[in-house]
Amino acid sequence: MLEIKNLHASVNGVEILKGIDLTVKAGEVHAIMGPNGSGKSTLAQVLAGRETYEVTAGSILYDGKDLTEMAPEERAREGIFLAFQYPVEIPGVSNLYFLKAALNAVRKHRDLPELDAMDFMKLARERMRLVEMDEALLTRPVNEGFSGGEKKRNEIFQMAVLDPRLAVLDETDSGLDIDALRIVAEGVNKLRSPERSVVVVTHYQRLLNYIIPDVVHVLVDGRIVRSGDKLLALELEEKGYGWLEAQAAGKTA
Amino acid sequence: MERRDVNADPVQEFASRDYQYGFVTEIESETVAPGLDESVVRLISEKKGEPAWLLEWRLKALRHWLTMKEPTWANVHYPPIDYQAIRYYSAPKQKLGSLDEVDPELLATYEKLGIPLREREILAGVAVDAVFDSVSVATTFKAKLAEMGILFCSFSEAVREHPELVRKWLGSVVPHTDNFFAALNSAVFTDGSFCYVPKGVRCPMELSTYFRINAAQTGQFERTLIVAEPGAYVSYLEGCTAPMRDENQLHAAVVELVALDDATIKYSTVQNWYPGDKEGRGGIYNFVTKRGLCKGRNAKISWTQVETGSAITWKYPSCILQGDGSVGEFYSVALTNHRQQADTGTKMIHVGKNTRSTIVSKGISAGHGQNTYRGAVKVLKGAKGARNYSQCDSMLLGDKCGAHTFPYIDVATPEATVEHEASTSKIGEDQIFYCKQRGISAEDAVGMIVNGFCKEVFRELPMEFAVEAQKLLGVSLEGSVG
Repeated sequence: MLEIKNLHASVNGVEILKGIDLTVKAGEVHAIMGPNGSGKSTLAQVLAGRETYEVTAGSILYDGKDLTEMAPEERAREGIFLAFQYPVEIPGVSNLYFLKAALNAVRKHRDLPELDAMDFMKLARERMRLVEMDEALLTRPVNEGFSGGEKKRNEIFQMAVLDPRLAVLDETDSGLDIDALRIVAEGVNKLRSPERSVVVVTHYQRLLNYIIPDVVHVLVDGRIVRSGDKLLALELEEKGYGWLEAQAAGKTA
Repeated sequence: MERRDVNADPVQEFASRDYQYGFVTEIESETVAPGLDESVVRLISEKKGEPAWLLEWRLKALRHWLTMKEPTWANVHYPPIDYQAIRYYSAPKQKLGSLDEVDPELLATYEKLGIPLREREILAGVAVDAVFDSVSVATTFKAKLAEMGILFCSFSEAVREHPELVRKWLGSVVPHTDNFFAALNSAVFTDGSFCYVPKGVRCPMELSTYFRINAAQTGQFERTLIVAEPGAYVSYLEGCTAPMRDENQLHAAVVELVALDDATIKYSTVQNWYPGDKEGRGGIYNFVTKRGLCKGRNAKISWTQVETGSAITWKYPSCILQGDGSVGEFYSVALTNHRQQADTGTKMIHVGKNTRSTIVSKGISAGHGQNTYRGAVKVLKGAKGARNYSQCDSMLLGDKCGAHTFPYIDVATPEATVEHEASTSKIGEDQIFYCKQRGISAEDAVGMIVNGFCKEVFRELPMEFAVEAQKLLGVSLEGSVG
C-alpha cells in the first residue's frame, strides 16, 4: 500500500525528515510516535502533499504510484486521507456542502455517479453515528465555533464518508478528553478493514490503548530509530523518549 | 493519471480570469458631437420631446454643474476626465413599435448575455425593461402590471405618459445640487426606468432592467425613479454586463427611491461593467448616486449589491430614514481584481424615531485591486431609539491588493445604539490545502471560500440573481442541502 524509501524533506531550507523508511501493508495500522519536533507531523503533511514541504530525496510509492508527482487533491481522490491536527475553519461554508463537494470530487475521479442531496444526506446520517456526532454540526460552517473535540470527531466523520484506503491521523488524540478519545478511537476501529491502512501519528501512548497498532515506530530527529509491536508503545510510556534520543544522538555523533 | 503543476497558485489562477462578456454590437447609432453646453441639453430634451419644465430642470442642473468641481476625496485614482470629449446623446435610429421590430443584432446581443426578452420571462417571473444605450427599446409585461395599477416603463415614456408623477418625485431624493455626478446626470440623462406601485399593491414579480453600454465614447446617464405608495411592495433587479472596449467610459447614473408609509422597496444590483484589461486599460468609470427615502412611517428600503465590474466604482447606495420606525438595509459584495478600484459603501441617515439600519459589507481584493469601504451612520437629534448595526469584512487574495475601511459615525442623540464590527482576512493557504486534501480542486476551493465569505449578502438576493452573482464570482453556490 505505502512504501517510503530514504525520504528526506525540508521546510524553508531546514531539513526535517532525514531518511525515513516505512512500509505499510493493506489492512495494517502503524503508529508513529516520537518527541515534539521529531518530524511526525511533517511526515503526515508530506504524505498529503503540502506544498510548503519539499521532498529533497527518496521516494514514496502508494499502490505502486509515485506519490510525489501527484497534487494534493489527486492524492485525496486516490484514497489518501489526512485527519488534521488543527482542522481549518471555513466560514460561511456548511459542513454538509463542503463534504458533499469533496465526496463528489472523489466519486467523479473513481467514475462513480455523483450523489444528490438526498442520497448524500442518507450517507452522512449513517456515518455520523460512528463518531456519535451531533447532526446540528452538519449545517454549521466547517469547523467554525466547533470545540476541540467536535473538530476531531468531524475529521473522523469526514474520513468515514470519504472512505479512504490510506488514512493518516495526525495527533487526533490531542485536545480530547477521555470520553471523546474513546468515541473517536472506536470510530476509527469501526473503519478498520483489510483494504484500509491507517497511520496513527501520536505523542502519547494512551490513544494506542484504544486503537491497537500492528506496528509501532519511534521517530527521533527525522529518522525512525526503532520499530516494534504494541509493547514498544508501553515501554515508551514507562521510560519516555530520552533513552532513544540519547541513543540516536550517540549514533549520529 | 492526470498531472498538474503541483505548485500552481490557485489564487492567482482565479484572479487572472478574463472577462467573458466582451463583444460589440454593430448598430447604427445617432449621436451628437462630443461636448457639453446648453445647446446639447436643449437638443437632448428636444429629441425626446420633453415638456418645458423638464428642460428648465435640466438647464438649472447644467448651470449648477458648471460651478462644481469633480470630487477628489474618494480613494480612487484615474487620469482627469475631459467632459467636453464625451458624447452626451446616442440613440438607435429606428422607431420601434413592438419587439418584432427590434434590430435582430440587438436581440442577438441580449441572447449572448442570456437575457430573457420573451416568453421565458413569464416562466422566470421577470419583467424586463431593457435599456440599450440611451433609449429603451423593449418593455414587457407592462399590460399585466398595468392591470394592478403598477407603472413600469422607460423614463422617457413616464415623462410622456405620467408627467405629474415624474414632476412630483424627480429630484426629491437626489436634488440636482447633490453632487458633481448627480448634477451632470440631471442635465444630460437620456433614459432609464420608472416604476410606480400604488397604495396597498404588492408587485407580484421581480422587476428587472438590464443596462448595457454600447456606442463608443458615449457616457451613460441613466435615471431611475421608483415610488412605492403606502403599503406597497416592490422588488427591483438591476443587472448589467458591458461589451469590451478600449477607451474609458463614463457612467454616472442616478437612482431615486421613495417609500411611503409601510411601503417596502428592495433594490438588488449585479454590476459587471467591463473592468478594463489586466493592466487596467479601458474599463468603465462607474460614478453612481443611489439614494432611498423612507418618507413614511415603517417604510423599508433595502439595497443589495454585487459589484464585480468597472475599472472604478464610486457608489454609496444610501437611506434617509425619515419616517418613524423606518428601516434601511445595505448588503454589499464588492470584488476588485487586476487594477480595479472600488470606493463603495453607504450612508444611513436616521431622522425619525426608532429607525433601524443594517450594513453588511464584504470587500474582496485580488490581483492589484484596491477595495475601500466608506460608510456613514448619522443619527440626528430627534432620532430617539435609533439603532444601527454595521459589519465590514475584507478578504485579500494575494499580497498585491489592498483593503481599506472608512466608517464615519455621527450620533447626536444619547438614546441611540450604534454597533460597528470590522475584520480583514486573507484567504489562507491552510484553508485551500484543507479543501484540496479532501479532493476539492484549488479553483473550487477558492470559489467555495469566497462564496462562504459573501453568504450573508447572497442570501439577500432574489434566487435567480443569487445564481448570477455566484457565477460572476466564478464559482458555484452552496446547494440548498440539509
